[in-house]
Amino acid sequence: MTVETEIEIMGQHLNERIKKIFGRSLHIREVDAGSCNGCEVEVNALSNPIYDIERFGLHIVASPRHADMLLVTGPVTRNMELALLKTYNATPEPKLVAAMGSCACNGGIFGNTYASGGGVDKFLPVDVYIPGCPPRPQAVIFGLMVALDKFDQKIKRMEVKA
Amino acid sequence: MNEHTDAVRKDFKSEILDENISGSETYFRVKEDAAVRICDQLYHRMDCALVSIFATDRRKKEGCFRIHYLFSSENQLQNDRVQTANGFIIIQIDIAENAPHFHSVTSRVPAANWYEREIQDMFGLIPVGHPDPRRLVNFEDWPPKSYPLRKDFDIRTKPERVKGEYTYRRVEGEGVYEILVGPVHAGVIEPGHFRFSVAGEPVLNLEIRHFYTHKGVEKLFENITLDKAVFLAERISGDNSVAHVVAFCQAVEKIAGVDIPPRARYVRTILMELERLYNHLGDIAGIATDVAYAFGAAHANLLKEEILQLNEIVTGSRLLRGMNTIGGVRRDIGDKKDIISQKLSAFRNDFRELMDLLFASPSVADRIETTGRIYNDIAKGLHVVGPAARASGIDRDTRRDHPYAAYPDLKFKVPVLKAGDVNARTRVRADEVYESIGIIEQALSRLPDGDIKISVKEIHDGYALGYTEAPRGETLYWVMIENNRIERCKVRDPSFCNWLAIEYAVLDNIVPDFPIINKSLSLSYSGNDM
Repeated sequence: MTVETEIEIMGQHLNERIKKIFGRSLHIREVDAGSCNGCEVEVNALSNPIYDIERFGLHIVASPRHADMLLVTGPVTRNMELALLKTYNATPEPKLVAAMGSCACNGGIFGNTYASGGGVDKFLPVDVYIPGCPPRPQAVIFGLMVALDKFDQKIKRMEVKA
Repeated sequence: MNEHTDAVRKDFKSEILDENISGSETYFRVKEDAAVRICDQLYHRMDCALVSIFATDRRKKEGCFRIHYLFSSENQLQNDRVQTANGFIIIQIDIAENAPHFHSVTSRVPAANWYEREIQDMFGLIPVGHPDPRRLVNFEDWPPKSYPLRKDFDIRTKPERVKGEYTYRRVEGEGVYEILVGPVHAGVIEPGHFRFSVAGEPVLNLEIRHFYTHKGVEKLFENITLDKAVFLAERISGDNSVAHVVAFCQAVEKIAGVDIPPRARYVRTILMELERLYNHLGDIAGIATDVAYAFGAAHANLLKEEILQLNEIVTGSRLLRGMNTIGGVRRDIGDKKDIISQKLSAFRNDFRELMDLLFASPSVADRIETTGRIYNDIAKGLHVVGPAARASGIDRDTRRDHPYAAYPDLKFKVPVLKAGDVNARTRVRADEVYESIGIIEQALSRLPDGDIKISVKEIHDGYALGYTEAPRGETLYWVMIENNRIERCKVRDPSFCNWLAIEYAVLDNIVPDFPIINKSLSLSYSGNDM
């Protein structure tokens, strides 16, 4: 199967979920919390004409204020910790956090040291982990679908509480 | 070995404590107070580039810290080829623990600026007389008297955050205000802080603050095995993986005294050029995006994606990871020769078409010509490297000047332009794309038979320099091995040099041109911060 057909099929599934949960589109803010830039290459690839994720209702936004989800890369360095927390607090509820890449999942090769925080979940509640170094664009799309299912549950829980 | 080392020997006879030659590297251990004069001489009289300064903690073995000034000694080119051997000159000084300071060379050699501040933060050795002794790597909340690269600092320590302040330079006057950008940016890029002082649109001053992505890489090298270190080197600057890992492996192979099989040298060369292709395409796409030439950007991104997919077919990794190892490469690419040549010949035509369109567009030319100029003397003074240097009239390319892998056997040109603006940097990259395709085609047609790997088991104690020309420019690794473990690994990413130039490149430009200037310099944050 070519990449194009793969994406076409995955994209349709994604689109259905987004429509069901959000009505129109899912807005993502990417936060680099100390990644090597490998994950950024792949997040940027999602917007190229092959993957073109906007057509499925995924929109990468410029501000956390506009975001439904934070896509966090990197092991969370000591020097990025504060900026990450500020970004999280600036994102309106209900929100999702996806940890993208091995470093974001558990610190990866950088581990837990004086400078590296050892993964996003040490600092924020993480809804979905997308492993890989870096994950292929297909894996990122798959991870986002898993996150959407979780979001559905999250909203339902909030409704029950209310 | 060459005229520069002879000159150092002659002029500083009474200052040299001992001398040690290993391959193309000549080490001079000199008296502490002579270092500034020798650096001055090497830099100003002999035109040697200061490529790095780093420290080592030798307190346990030799009772002192040591600072190494690394110069690249290059001879005049004749007919575009290096005639006599180029090499590296390393000036070393010993620093006693009870007198932890050394004389700063920054006011004489501006390229020394960040290195000396890095040493101050990581080793607690003070560069006396440094014009800007603020912290660099450690932030203001880092406690005093805690130095990560000292041997008695445990990598797992999590020092408490203390109250501190970082002072930015201030520009004052009527109508002057500041624009603060980052560390979290609007685009999908790495984190860093930019502070513009502007009056209207023109930029009066830009101050950059980095090291948000500091991950303690150099300390980590000292705490992991050599096998694992290979994977770490691939992850220092994510999109320059191959350049980094090859530089690291070459350093270790030099220490081990092994020559890797010819086929491995060729495979490495092909991988390094594939990496250059997708990086240059990404940079060209970025520039097209930032000048709002959406069609060109989409086209360039498409071509970049084609190379990423080719990478996956050839190596199993879109970013070419996991291929290199100490002693060669882990996977043969012999059966992928046809698909690489097929894809590349189509790629060349598409790329040419795109470049013809891009450079013929008046709206693109209007934005990139004369924008973000880096003058030759600034570029030289700050030791700018890579395409950014070659666009400012500096004819340097590690592949030609300090040949490694299969480059000595292959023919290629080093494009050099003089204007130093965004246009020149874009054109240098475009020309390099054609050269890279040429290099890959030559390497494929001459791919030698034989093994792809030689086994390297025991590595005796020693140190050596590994270097490559990454897509962003000269990348250096100085590795020291003791008891089969890494005692010290100094990584010098090209961006560590080039970031300094951006503060000059934006002067006299308007704020909306900053993204284009930034993109045209193609700077890595992670490689810089480590």
